[in-house]
Amino acid sequence: MLEARDLTIKYGERVAVADVWLSLKSGEVTAIIGPNGAGKSTLLRALNGQVRHATGAVLLDREPIEKFSRRSIGRRIAVVAQEAELRFPVTVLEFVLGGRYAWASNAGWGWETDRDLRIAEAVINETELSELSGRLMNELSGGERQRAVLARALATEAGFLLLDEPTANLDLSHQATLLTLVRNRCDQHNSAALVVTHDINLAAQFADHILLMKRGRVLQAGSPHAVLTPELLREVFDVTVLVDAHPVSHAPRVTPVLSHKKAQNSPPI
Amino acid sequence: MTTRVTLRRTLIACGLLALALVLAVVIMSLIGSESLPARESLCAIASLGTSDCGLSRDQYDILFQIRLPRILLAAAVGGSLATAGASYQALLRNPLAEPYLLGVSNGAAVGTMIALVFFGANEWSRPVLAFAGALVATLAVYQLARGRAGATPERLILAGVIVTTFLSSVIVFVTTLMDATRIRSFTFWLLGDLSGTTQTLLPVAIVMAVAGTVALTLNARSLNLLMLGERDAFDLGVEVGRVRIVVFVVASLLVGSSVAASGSVGYVGLVVPHLVRLSLGSDNRITIPAAALGGALFVIVADTVARTVIAPRELPVGAITALIGAPLFIYLLKRV
Repeated sequence: MLEARDLTIKYGERVAVADVWLSLKSGEVTAIIGPNGAGKSTLLRALNGQVRHATGAVLLDREPIEKFSRRSIGRRIAVVAQEAELRFPVTVLEFVLGGRYAWASNAGWGWETDRDLRIAEAVINETELSELSGRLMNELSGGERQRAVLARALATEAGFLLLDEPTANLDLSHQATLLTLVRNRCDQHNSAALVVTHDINLAAQFADHILLMKRGRVLQAGSPHAVLTPELLREVFDVTVLVDAHPVSHAPRVTPVLSHKKAQNSPPI
Repeated sequence: MTTRVTLRRTLIACGLLALALVLAVVIMSLIGSESLPARESLCAIASLGTSDCGLSRDQYDILFQIRLPRILLAAAVGGSLATAGASYQALLRNPLAEPYLLGVSNGAAVGTMIALVFFGANEWSRPVLAFAGALVATLAVYQLARGRAGATPERLILAGVIVTTFLSSVIVFVTTLMDATRIRSFTFWLLGDLSGTTQTLLPVAIVMAVAGTVALTLNARSLNLLMLGERDAFDLGVEVGRVRIVVFVVASLLVGSSVAASGSVGYVGLVVPHLVRLSLGSDNRITIPAAALGGALFVIVADTVARTVIAPRELPVGAITALIGAPLFIYLLKRV
């Protein structure tokens, strides 16, 4: 289990995260939503062991995360951030094998074992990149590249996946593919995932729990139905929304009610 | 079919390069303004200098007192600078990073000059102060280049230009403290000059080149991840702070020991790692050792050109390497 207990993070006078309680359990997907600057990414980084300037605790399997070495955290927690920097040519396979770093007996030097290769090939299959595994990363499209970033995170075999706006630069179909992969991983491998996202409707569909954050605080946490109410969303995002049920999944569906121009031109309801 | 780098592939590539390096050392020692008889010279080299194999006293001295030490220094300097360049590039995620362009060589040059002016009698002071100068310059460039959005390639090069020009004026200032007769030889040395080998500096340069290459190769897998982003590397389990310190210190030792012995030979750290990556890929487990061997080869050949092309006069070897390196820099800048 990965949990935050009464976690507060301050940068000087600025409070980035305040009194947050959170736990990630096997098989569950948790989404964090909230406006820019709400402390979502800071919280995600803290869960990965960057807990400087923090009070409260981050516990990994009931031990304070500071007690773990970088490599041992690397074997337990994987992070998917937005796109990687690619100024040097690396192939998809080489890139994904990077996820095996923390498992090497001699991390600085040493070579990938047959087991490392098997795992890399399996996650490359899982993310549907098999045909691209020999291609260079900077030749791929944005969606393919983000799948490779996910594949590298899966190659770590970590039980906890932390995803920081993984779908930010992706089109609709790639967003769905990526989040389905994450959902499957949690369902089939008993992993736990935490996804920071701006896409409330995607969060409503694939997450078991949603954390609604504003100014570093968790305003509400619970099932999508409990969190995604017009009142709470108005309080957090300062915008009027309509919440109805998705016709297929029955998850809550959030649509902003546009003001002014459009409203004036539309016929009275 | 992928061209993944394996231990086997690394050993084959490095084995071939090492063979080429040995051949280059032997062949280039026969070439020069004074031609040496091939068979006798080879026989003398094979005996490691224990027999003159019929070479005249003068020929023997040219071979063992002048040419071979100079060629070995060229190898050590080339290997050191190329290894330092390859590691800076991976650590700073910047294909343009290079000891000379970052101002690290100039930092080492200032250190060496201070040693010459204030501790002239003590040869050991030169590599020690050169190392200190290189390390200070490295840290200065790194701090200057780090913006809010991290260090972009352009920002790093600009920081390098600032540090280089600042240190150049320090060099001019220190030069004025020297007597006029020494100034000319210093100007030559500043451009990279391999003729001033000494009994102390040559072994220091060779030991540093070998030890430094081994130390950096042992961090190659971490550098592979750092090359793709510091934060990602951290997430995947790399102790980023520790690797950064290792690279800064070891690369400064490499640059310091070569600049103390030979001045600032430019662009080696740019040209060689780039050629290695083009032919062998950018996995640092092969790039770093192959760059060390390739750098040694490159500077040996460049120096042979420098000392023969207008014989009996000589060019500084730095002039030759810059002639090749500057156009490549422009090409790379267009692609970054």
